[in-house]
Amino acid sequence: MCPLRVASSVIVPKQSHASSKQETDYMAEFVMLFRGDQPQGSADQMQKRMQRWGEWMKELKAQGCFKGGQPLERGGQVVTRQKTITDGPFAEAKDLIGGFMLIEVRDLAAASEVAKGCPIFDSGGFVEVRPVMQMNM
Amino acid sequence: MEISEQFFRREAGRMVSALTRLFGVHNLALAEDVVQDSLCRALEVWKFQGVPDNPSAWLMTTAKHRALDLLRRERTARVFAPDLGRLLETEWSLAPSVSELFTEHAIKDDLLRMMFTCCAPELAEDVQIALILNILCGFSVSETAGAFLCSQAAMEKRLQRGKASLARARALFDMSGGAVAVAERLSAVQRALYLLFNEGYHGAHPETAVRSELCAWALRLGALLLEHPASELPETYALCALLCLHAARLPGRLDAAGNLGPLDDRARAAWDRELIAQGLQLLDRSATGNRVSEYHLEAGIAAEHAAAARTADTDWARVVELYDLLLRLRPSPVIGLNRAIALSQRDGPERGLDALHGLEQRERLASYPFYFAALGDLEQRALRLERATNHFSEALALARNPAERRFFAQRLAEVGALAQEKGATCPPLPEPSLR
Repeated sequence: MCPLRVASSVIVPKQSHASSKQETDYMAEFVMLFRGDQPQGSADQMQKRMQRWGEWMKELKAQGCFKGGQPLERGGQVVTRQKTITDGPFAEAKDLIGGFMLIEVRDLAAASEVAKGCPIFDSGGFVEVRPVMQMNM
Repeated sequence: MEISEQFFRREAGRMVSALTRLFGVHNLALAEDVVQDSLCRALEVWKFQGVPDNPSAWLMTTAKHRALDLLRRERTARVFAPDLGRLLETEWSLAPSVSELFTEHAIKDDLLRMMFTCCAPELAEDVQIALILNILCGFSVSETAGAFLCSQAAMEKRLQRGKASLARARALFDMSGGAVAVAERLSAVQRALYLLFNEGYHGAHPETAVRSELCAWALRLGALLLEHPASELPETYALCALLCLHAARLPGRLDAAGNLGPLDDRARAAWDRELIAQGLQLLDRSATGNRVSEYHLEAGIAAEHAAAARTADTDWARVVELYDLLLRLRPSPVIGLNRAIALSQRDGPERGLDALHGLEQRERLASYPFYFAALGDLEQRALRLERATNHFSEALALARNPAERRFFAQRLAEVGALAQEKGATCPPLPEPSLR
């Protein structure tokens, strides 16, 4: 995955246009970490939640900012500094990462704005938004 | 891929039935855990990757894998379905046996077996219906409580009692058992579906969506009964015909915010023609054998209503006749009430009123708002508006939900407007009171 995703207009700045034009053309990557989501509820509630996520994803894809994402298993292992291996959990359930998503938007504010639409808030979770570190800076 | 409404619920019912067949009915809670797990998995994966092409198979495979893991891990510590015992013990027979149980055909049988199991005679009818909604229709405890407008704690207790009783039985109902046992249990199942439907159709739930869901579930489970030779009997066809014909009226009924039955031509326009056709077809198929059940008669009445283009065109003589037969089969003041309404259509409001006042076990209708609404309606037709007003007020006071309240209030207003128009001011007359 190439972290360098800079529109050509930024690499070769256009002289004649206002700086705002450059800003809109510049895109950066952000990872959204979905934390503390509780996958429970009645069958119907789960279906409705799944469908809300589906709608959100569709919207992100339509806007062209969705770059991929995966759910994570709840279990796993932790390898400590002493190289001992223990079974998870690694965090409190309320902080556990349930999945991640990569998006491409203008800046952190825009990324957080995208995160605001996430259906995770309906089921007790929250979103951590982290910029992917850029190589050319 | 889009999934239909109620898809998770439907799949939950299918999975829990297959898993319970595998684990044994005493491990119902374990089966429910596996279902919950599988649905959670679907939620997690599908929300990122979208719904797969065959979501039902995806879920079944997930449940099957979880079941296999569980069986391997716990087969020494736990007793699973006793009749499958040996097949689950050895590794070479385990996977194929489990796969066999998760085939489409096997799942259909499992659903039916579960439905029959839920209707065990030692369980009260309200427990049976609650179990059906919870286990087969995938309603959570609180959703089941919501459907019946009872408290979560009370429903929790009711379901626990029911499930404890199922577990004690140690075995699911044996569909290949004696014909008498199957027939006996079948009539309990039919009755439970009838009551489930009624809860949706006549129930007091304020949300129309919930009510039509309950009706749709009864129809769905009824259709399942028709797919199995042991339950595909004339009486089942009659029941399904009845449910279809009534469900067809649901749009008109619910939009009209509840009404006294098929007496409104505006509501009639909203009836679902396709369901009516289906109901009539089912009724045709029910007309074999030599036993007339109450479902046959009720479906016959519903068919008369469906056949009439307008209320005035209804063959009321035939309807009254069918109600007479029904009363003989199942004496009940509510049926008597409906018969009296039909009678009033045939012979006029005075005869209807006579019949209403002479109803057997009339005291059982003391808190039934539609009894008073019927009195009000007939008094209105007899142009005794003061009495009509009193009756509609009584009905309004007894209304059980906003839809009923709106409906009675509207009738009350109508009578009021009529009275103003006529300038009729008769002194209030003493009424035969029930309370």
